[in-house]
Amino acid sequence: MTRIEPIRQDAARRFAELGFPTTRDEDWRFTNVSPIARTQFSAAPSDLSGWGEGQLEQRLVPYEGGPRLVFINGRYSPELSSLKLAWGIRATPLREANGAVEAHLARYADYQDRAFVALNTANFKDGACIQIPKGTVVEGPIHLVFLASGGDVPVISHPRNLVVIGSGSQATVVESYIGHGAKYFTNAVTEIVAGERSVVDHYKLQEEDERSFHVATLQVQLGRDANFSTHSISLGGGLVRNDINAVLAEGTEATVNGLYLPSGSQHVDNHTMIDHARPHGTSHELYKGILSGASAAVFNGKIIVRAGAQKTDAKQTNKNLVLSEDATINTKPELQIHADDVRCTHGATIGQLDQEAIFYLQSRGIGKEQARDLLTYAFARDVIDRIKVEPLRARLEKIVLERLHANRN
Amino acid sequence: MALLTIKNLHASVAGKEILRGIDLTVNTGEVHAIMGPNGSGKSTLAQVLAGRDLYQVTDGQVLYDGKDLLNMPPEERAQEGIFMAFQYPVEIPGVSNMYFLKAALNTIRKRRGLEELDAMDFLTLVKEKLALVEMDPAFLNRPVNAGFSGGEKKRNEIFQMAVLEPRLAILDETDSGLDIDALKIVANGVNQLRTRDRAMIVVTHYQRLLNYIVPDYVHVLANGRIVKSGDKNLALELDQSGYAGLEEAVTA
Repeated sequence: MTRIEPIRQDAARRFAELGFPTTRDEDWRFTNVSPIARTQFSAAPSDLSGWGEGQLEQRLVPYEGGPRLVFINGRYSPELSSLKLAWGIRATPLREANGAVEAHLARYADYQDRAFVALNTANFKDGACIQIPKGTVVEGPIHLVFLASGGDVPVISHPRNLVVIGSGSQATVVESYIGHGAKYFTNAVTEIVAGERSVVDHYKLQEEDERSFHVATLQVQLGRDANFSTHSISLGGGLVRNDINAVLAEGTEATVNGLYLPSGSQHVDNHTMIDHARPHGTSHELYKGILSGASAAVFNGKIIVRAGAQKTDAKQTNKNLVLSEDATINTKPELQIHADDVRCTHGATIGQLDQEAIFYLQSRGIGKEQARDLLTYAFARDVIDRIKVEPLRARLEKIVLERLHANRN
Repeated sequence: MALLTIKNLHASVAGKEILRGIDLTVNTGEVHAIMGPNGSGKSTLAQVLAGRDLYQVTDGQVLYDGKDLLNMPPEERAQEGIFMAFQYPVEIPGVSNMYFLKAALNTIRKRRGLEELDAMDFLTLVKEKLALVEMDPAFLNRPVNAGFSGGEKKRNEIFQMAVLEPRLAILDETDSGLDIDALKIVANGVNQLRTRDRAMIVVTHYQRLLNYIVPDYVHVLANGRIVKSGDKNLALELDQSGYAGLEEAVTA
């Protein structure tokens, strides 16, 4: 990977110039990353210190069967990984990838203006590299699991993933971030390049430790008539920022959904950017949040319709259920439309549980707490039900229900 | 046997007194109609009995089956066998009728010392009850009341009542917004649930419903009090003369 070296150096230089963003930057107005900037991080160990064996196995259950690449603090773990793949498909750690990836790696995620991408690009050690040739249907999901464990000193890792899907191919990729232990920082970047007419379903399930920092960028480059979906589920992390940037081509259909459930003092920021660069693109976006405790959430949904991207159809919805008086939500749609024959709609809501509905359920014998749980779960359901990977959906259902009970007590 | 005894019940909403001393005894096997003009307190009475906390009871007592009803949270009242059919049933997107009703029924069965029903037994039961109100089984998978027409919502209330088998059913203006066909279906469903050990309070503005659900007693509510009681003929009288005279009698 010699061709990547100049890019890494450039990214390091850029990060030195940019520094960490501050709340004076419009894109970071509501998310203060000074706790990250202030912390002295060490490189993370690549062993399993901090994980009890049973504990780890249990967490990996939803990712069994099929190919699975597991990384510990950003480094590949052959012991925990399984590379059962059909002929022609390559799923390897990035370090072992062939030269072909250099044409794509770090070519899409913007390290010139985005500090955390620059930081990752300059420092990543490893990550997953998935290459699917054209005309190939991959049955079942490919799991990428990132285990993080913080020790006595704060540690940092920079997972870096590249997914290249050939034209007319079909694949499902699941990224899972599972953390455990005291203060650590996961700064991940994933680039997905989907060829013409490809069908790609992406999921990200973030279950970091609640004392950790998690910043992740997903950069998606979509080919003509490609069909792409992503579901970003934020459960863990103390300070969390997700950036999803999708660039659409002609006739592309993109679904960008998310669910966030901050509680306690968690802060979760979701920034999405859907770039309708060419005509006849369709995008659907649905983000839902359930906030409890003294948590905070940010949603910023940018939709760009470039000049000439006629017949664009973009729909964005952000709905928030606020269960506590101490929780804060900032939601903002951001539409930049440079074409005149388009349909763009957006809507944001912030609300509490419906007291009438609670009483209705109570009047049928259902206890007040159970009624609240039922309604809260119902709120999250339209995102959960769209998850097509069954073990993942089951895992999520279980976590969400557990969360509801925990919030109550 | 007296199932429900209401004594001198006063209730307010947001500091405004709506019920000003209601006295009423309902025995098992009886159907009582509560009639009255808009704003007379009919629906407030129904809601207070069901336990809606929007209303503050400021005086009086309600005994249900010998127990102090007003001290029970709404879910406990339901578990004890009280059911209110809502005037405006609430839409609950994301919760299926099936899931909701199974949770409700099993909570109530548990309270009554009965075994919880499994999915198969539950389905058998609900299909039988659906027929009572002429509803399509496909509706079980739809979210509770979401996107239902007015008539479907009311039928859903009676369907729920049939499944939960209450001892005291309170129908709060179940006839409002129903066309004559839907009204007959709803009334027929209600009539099939009339038994010797069950009582009903039918709150309505119009006499029309009482052609189909024939009450044993009719009470007229005006300005928060029962101003007149009688048998089913009182409803017919009111249909002729209206409520105007009664209201004047009270306010004078």
